[in-house]
Amino acid sequence: MTGWAMALFQRDLRLSVRVGGSALVGVLFFLAVVTVIPFGVGPDLNLLARIGPAILWIGALLATLLGLDRLFQADRDDGTLDLMLMAGRPLELVVLIKCLAHWTATGLPLVVAAPVLGIFLNLDPVSMAAVTATLLVGTPALTLIGAIGASLTVSLRRGGLLLAVLVVPLAIPVLIFGVSSADAAIRDPVPFLTPFLILCALSLIAAVVGPIASATALRFASD
Amino acid sequence: MAFWDYANPTRFLRFVQVVLPWLTGLCLLLFAVGLYMSFFVAPEDYQQGDTVRIMYIHVPAAWLCMMCYSVMTLSSIGTLVWKHPLADVSAKSAAPIGAAFTFMALVTGSLWGKPMWGTYWVWDARLTSVLVLFIMYLGLMTLWRTMEDPIKAGKAAAVLTLVGALNLPIIKFSVDWWNTLHQPASVMRFDGPTIHPDILWPLLVMAVAFTLMFFVLHLMAMRNEILRRRVRALRMRAASAAQPGPAGAAQPAE
Amino acid sequence: MFQNLSFTLSQGTALVVTGANGIGKSSLLRTLAGLVALAGGMIRYESGEDDRPAHEHAHYFGHQDSVKPALSVLENLEFWQSFTAPTAAAGFAGEPRKPMEALELLGIGHTAHLPAAYLSAGQKRRLSLSRLLVTARPIWLMDEPTSALDKNSEALLLSLMNGHLEAGGLIVTATHTELALTKIQTLHLEAAQPAEQALEEGFL
Repeated sequence: MTGWAMALFQRDLRLSVRVGGSALVGVLFFLAVVTVIPFGVGPDLNLLARIGPAILWIGALLATLLGLDRLFQADRDDGTLDLMLMAGRPLELVVLIKCLAHWTATGLPLVVAAPVLGIFLNLDPVSMAAVTATLLVGTPALTLIGAIGASLTVSLRRGGLLLAVLVVPLAIPVLIFGVSSADAAIRDPVPFLTPFLILCALSLIAAVVGPIASATALRFASD
Repeated sequence: MAFWDYANPTRFLRFVQVVLPWLTGLCLLLFAVGLYMSFFVAPEDYQQGDTVRIMYIHVPAAWLCMMCYSVMTLSSIGTLVWKHPLADVSAKSAAPIGAAFTFMALVTGSLWGKPMWGTYWVWDARLTSVLVLFIMYLGLMTLWRTMEDPIKAGKAAAVLTLVGALNLPIIKFSVDWWNTLHQPASVMRFDGPTIHPDILWPLLVMAVAFTLMFFVLHLMAMRNEILRRRVRALRMRAASAAQPGPAGAAQPAE
Repeated sequence: MFQNLSFTLSQGTALVVTGANGIGKSSLLRTLAGLVALAGGMIRYESGEDDRPAHEHAHYFGHQDSVKPALSVLENLEFWQSFTAPTAAAGFAGEPRKPMEALELLGIGHTAHLPAAYLSAGQKRRLSLSRLLVTARPIWLMDEPTSALDKNSEALLLSLMNGHLEAGGLIVTATHTELALTKIQTLHLEAAQPAEQALEEGFL
């Protein structure tokens, strides 16, 4: 049973690494967002250190959303999606594995890049570690929630912007708990673990709701 | 006659024709009573003066933006589970109405906020959640408009509506959490049971009037949507009538 | 989409669907493939596995090749081999082939380690066809199978299709050209009044 899952995971990973180096583009975009913010708010290092976790999170959110529109569309355009629907494998699992592969190729590089970008934002080591940890458990939720938007807009030529509009409200809780647990590590209004565990819970919920909803939407999109 | 028998577009149209005038009349009557009560019967607030009267619009609008989403959620279940054509029509026509009430709640909220908080907008937990809801309504409407085929669009929107319905409590919870982190206490508080009857009655009448208004608008919008789909079907028929070839059923031939 | 459409197909037979352009041949195949929901009626495959719907016994060979240019030819094929669940059926004796063997058979063995981006349209078509050989499934749904194929490949395709029929498989194909298959049944589609769906739902 795991053979096909591994095959799918490897294929998707290979594709996203080989086609235009999408992992790199995501990290570049992340870098661009983080670079632009100080031009907007000014180079005050204290201010940047205070809003640093938020900047990193918003950058990660945008980078994730913008990379998601091809998640199912590439497979739909060449007929692969049709064959996947007929392959006799549970579509929910197929979606979950595709999301996992997509996250490994695009989300994980963001997490790895976060500490480096943290230096620009004058983050101290503790908050750097905290932000990285929250991104590690939180970005999968962004990918999984985004998959819902990707499957809803799969048949649209220019679905990218609409995807972001549909998904952003659903991603607000992840953002809130991601940033507040990163903040909690530095300024302890609450213990770090409370929001962090809620963030983990949100990722787990997304791992259930995301695949079910996108699989439903993909089935409808085929006819 | 069972409820399900009405759930056929033609019967539904006949039903709307009978019910709508009565419903509209009742709605207007309640609005007359409710507005009179809220402007002349209800007392001024000892602190806020006449501005408190915004509440009689604001609270019913806020209540309706939640109810409208519930109607859409139920309709979406109807679309996905029973695949009923009217469920789809109902969800689609409820969305703009919901967005309008949400917008009204936001505008009256910030108008009320100006004298109370000294600014039009604060990132109060309640207002923020309503703003998120507003974005969700607009997203749903956009999704409907971007898809050509109404059946497909209906199904996609139904999936999104249900995911949104699952997410709304989570969003509300997280916005509350976020708000308590950044602001010590809630700015607004209605103490439910101790509310004075002079305030409560106009509020209740207005809430019922708004609810009726929702149903009047919803029925009208559903009627229009059904007619719109009828036009679409007729046009499709007209387009294919021009095709050559005799009409007849597809037959298996050996 | 369809009205009064019913047919039965026994093992080892090919059903050739004919009819004017735009009549719905492709839609019929997509419906059989489970990609378009049935508004009414049913599709049943009697000798198949009980816990799988009919379309999971089928290979769909449509207009699109489902070939990823960034993967090598062999990677493309191996993915489909492990991803598509093989299904058995009583009286069907089709055996799956090894990926390399299938590529050799179709004459694109020499391209196995090249990225699929370098293949010509006909070669991509053959790569897509090789998918049907590496996983055994008793039903082949083929939409215009001969398009983009030259004479030699067409003969090869026909021998593969006949081989599949001999092994007890079923083929449903929509085509404009005559196909020299061993056992043929034809289904001719004719135009009916459109907008039936709207009528049924009561919007008219």
